[in-house]
Amino acid sequence: MKTVEEIKAAIEAAVPGARVEIVPNPSVSGQHSLRLDPGYAVAVATFLRDDAELSLDFLSNATGVDWPDKEVAEKVKVRGTVTKTVEGVEQQVEETVEETRKRIVPGCLEAVYHLFSMAKKHGPVVIRMKTMNRTDRVELPSLTPVWRSAEFQEREIFDLFGIVFTGHPDLRRLLMWDEFKDHPMRRDYVEPDDFEYEPTAHDEVLARAQAQRSREQGTAIRDQGLAAGAGQ
Amino acid sequence: MNASASSSATDILAGSAKLPGWNRPPHVEPDGEGELLEVAMGPHHPSTHGVFRMDVALDGERVIRLKPVFGYLHRNHEKLAEGMSYLGSMPFTDRLDYMCPLTNNWAYALAVEKLTGQEVPERAQYLRVILGELTRVVNHASAIGFLIQEMGASGTPLMYAFKEREKILDLFEAITGARMMVNYMRFGGCRVDATPAWLAAVRKVLDGLPQFADEFENLLCGNEILMARTQGVGILRPELAVNAGVTGPMLRASGINYDIRKVDKYGIYDRFKFRVPLGEHWDVYDRFMIRLLEMRESFGIIDQALKDIPGGPIMDPKAKLRGFRPKPGEAYGRIEAPKGELGFYLISDGGPNPYRYRIRPPSLINLTVLEDMCLGSNVADVVLIFGSVDIVLGEVDR
Repeated sequence: MKTVEEIKAAIEAAVPGARVEIVPNPSVSGQHSLRLDPGYAVAVATFLRDDAELSLDFLSNATGVDWPDKEVAEKVKVRGTVTKTVEGVEQQVEETVEETRKRIVPGCLEAVYHLFSMAKKHGPVVIRMKTMNRTDRVELPSLTPVWRSAEFQEREIFDLFGIVFTGHPDLRRLLMWDEFKDHPMRRDYVEPDDFEYEPTAHDEVLARAQAQRSREQGTAIRDQGLAAGAGQ
Repeated sequence: MNASASSSATDILAGSAKLPGWNRPPHVEPDGEGELLEVAMGPHHPSTHGVFRMDVALDGERVIRLKPVFGYLHRNHEKLAEGMSYLGSMPFTDRLDYMCPLTNNWAYALAVEKLTGQEVPERAQYLRVILGELTRVVNHASAIGFLIQEMGASGTPLMYAFKEREKILDLFEAITGARMMVNYMRFGGCRVDATPAWLAAVRKVLDGLPQFADEFENLLCGNEILMARTQGVGILRPELAVNAGVTGPMLRASGINYDIRKVDKYGIYDRFKFRVPLGEHWDVYDRFMIRLLEMRESFGIIDQALKDIPGGPIMDPKAKLRGFRPKPGEAYGRIEAPKGELGFYLISDGGPNPYRYRIRPPSLINLTVLEDMCLGSNVADVVLIFGSVDIVLGEVDR
């Protein structure tokens, strides 16, 4: 079985233009993964399946991971003017101060695939792809044409995470019902309130109902984005 | 819950026509006489083993299209597990495939052990093998019993299988405290040790099992109706089986030699001698014969394990159950569960809960080829083909 570095080299030799990034896995399992460029993913996947030495004919597991926007606090050294009292007199002094700046790292959705070989009996080779963001650019190429076992699993990822797989033959919700809004496996998903069971919503219950409605409107934007993507 | 309430027969026909090349389901043309009939088999149908629906388009008795509809038992197990500690979701794994809770426990424990690198003591490994193989016997016996039940022999043959299942569930109850919701395995071992009396009881049950398998084989091999109904029905080509990620007895019935116990040799499976039965005709009959033969191999594994089981601890002394925080990283662990490859994919961010907890359900993925196997056959055979996939909805819908 080749190492991830060798597989990366083999892919880049076989599929011109494809960029592959190795994602190290710090845990003892040692299952490092390869991040593919979505534009070349189908070509790379076909190579991985058909290459005589790798022959990864069996896609075992396909799943999504949600990485929400993250706020990172950094300490930055800045030259700035500070008002100081020197020898009883207030003066403007220029010196280096430390400032905490908050930076937002944009989040993404990720699809992870575990490949094995039934012919050569080796594996796993882990490949992953990232979407551009979590709201309106959530398309990834479907690998169902390469491995049929992704058919239901990609439907499940679409259902629970909201990744739109272009080229999937039958992209519908799998576990939730068609009329359902939002994607329950996202980290920022909020469960629907049960205010509906209150016959006359008032006071506190009414406030909750209104909050729920505005949340639904928020997710409706997300759904419109998806609908636009699904139409491709 | 009606996932395709708005779909008409023509939508169903449009189905997966977009799949490229050879891995598209075969196209079955209506004969042009009369109208197509759209039938919803399920969600409450005695053959669906739970709440599961198949939207079938029929031309007379022939199946033209078949679309499975899932989600009636969906509870978002994965989301629940991401909100609780690693150990907290161990009891919930019992509820996935509730016919075989012990193998579910094992797969989860194995994935966490891969993530943290914990060692499992010898005795615990042997206990896992004994209980895992007993689970396989339970599952395969019930699957065969259900097949005969679905062909119309209601009650009696299934009760033959359940008679043996009951004896084995008594063993589970004696060691874990529960017949089905066992919550038995831990990261780095098992929860309760086996007493010598329990091991003697396993030996006693094991001695009776080959006779039961003989009886069952007579039912399968000798019954003309059964052979006529199952042979040549629901054929699954090996290249499609591999491409569609089919695993377990279904894959081996299509002639592919892939048993994770042999491939990964997880636990201590490299120490046992057993054979992997393979099918030759790729049909429903083969799928059930494979299960019967696998059951016999399991008797052999349990027998070897009972002979060799050493003394000693059943838990890794360094194992930490409370305040358990694996280092950041990810791991995919898989075992050969009775229904196929059961895998757990875990991502840890260093916290007490898993950041991502994913179950690779063999039952769901084996259903990918259900339509391919059913197209062109009679609607009565759909029940048998579906039964030969052997699913549990607790695992399909999670």
